[in-house]
Amino acid sequence: MKNRKLTIAISGLNNVDSPGPGIPVIRGIRESELFDARIIGLAYENLEPGPYMHEFVDKTYKVPYPSEGVEPVLERIEYIHERESVDVIIPNFDSEIYAFIRLEQKLHGMGIGTFLPTLKQFEERHKSNLPRFGKTHAVNVPESFAVTSFEEIEELKQDEKIDFPLMVKGKFYDAFKAQNPEQASIYFNRVSARWGLPVVVQKFIKGTEVNVVALGDGNGQTIGAVPMRKQYITDKGKAWGGITLDDPTMIEFTHRLISSTKWRGGMELELIRTPENELYMIEINPRLPAWVYLAVAAGQNLPEAMVLLATGGSVQPYDKYEIGKMFIRYSFDMICNLREFEKLSTLGEL
Amino acid sequence: MKIKKNLAISETGFVFDPTTGDSYTLNSTGLEIIQLLKEGKTKEDIIRQMTETYDVDIHTFERYFFDFAGMLKQMQLVAPDEES
Repeated sequence: MKNRKLTIAISGLNNVDSPGPGIPVIRGIRESELFDARIIGLAYENLEPGPYMHEFVDKTYKVPYPSEGVEPVLERIEYIHERESVDVIIPNFDSEIYAFIRLEQKLHGMGIGTFLPTLKQFEERHKSNLPRFGKTHAVNVPESFAVTSFEEIEELKQDEKIDFPLMVKGKFYDAFKAQNPEQASIYFNRVSARWGLPVVVQKFIKGTEVNVVALGDGNGQTIGAVPMRKQYITDKGKAWGGITLDDPTMIEFTHRLISSTKWRGGMELELIRTPENELYMIEINPRLPAWVYLAVAAGQNLPEAMVLLATGGSVQPYDKYEIGKMFIRYSFDMICNLREFEKLSTLGEL
Repeated sequence: MKIKKNLAISETGFVFDPTTGDSYTLNSTGLEIIQLLKEGKTKEDIIRQMTETYDVDIHTFERYFFDFAGMLKQMQLVAPDEES
């Protein structure tokens, strides 16, 4: 069956306590019976575990941070492509998706496939644009405001546009619940120092957080969708354990959203189910999440489907998954060779 | 009172609600009652069967049964049209 060979470059190899999706995406790809993959890791740091996990990653190249601009990223990709002849790139960090969307045409020109959201899709689902997004696509979203100073939060409170408790969120990552102005000030400073401005202030919606991992084909069709509830959450708000749900309303919500947005690529929907059983969308992450391997184990190999779509293939949509499938994350001390660390640190390759 | 149709109840007393992802552990009495509810037995059927099987009077059992039923409602394990 595995007569097709593909070279796939993947980032997000920081398989740490707040893991990137790289390794789980690779696990899905490794399990494909449709193609044989050579995995090229794209690493930002010398101590990301992925480069040393040789059962998953065949070769690793360090790449520049997208914040350095798209040109250095492109130059590095060209260098890697000359040596590896890359077929597909799967960027897995929110912070690099924008750069890869901008590079998409150039990458396609080089013969490298991607399957990313369009710039419009990427921009309109920004946390600060949520109210407009909700109106356009007829989904419940909490009131959200982009602020550039703590004083603006106080003004929003004075104008009765928002009240405590509220959520303080970074534009890419991090979210904190602030019970009062003092906490809001602390979280505003913490989030802005880490992720820059603006910071997003969001109305707190009381309820249970539930999530969906999904893949849209870019024409309004949902290729797959699996709902999950986090059973154990770390102090960083990440799932340490989760379970697939039998919730047709979440699936219907996802299908409707993908149909309306014509979403292209992977996504993670973060939803709150209120005690009144209403679903509020609090975020769309424009990539597959770190728990995507749960979907693979439940019967939907979304990373495999993404690779097929990125190489121009057609994919039959999934219509079922195993309910009550669980994951439990664990940490593991890998013993590594100093020579490998030296190689990645000095040559930028391993 | 009817419990949710999709509730998974194992013989060990492990109950899984696939809508919410929550799971619960029941003792043998709780398991027996929830199985009777799943079979569609009425409150009166259950009270009769349990008081005939075990050494407990109707009033005492009723009190425990209502407590248990309240807990099932609170945990949203009851079919939606049966909650009110």
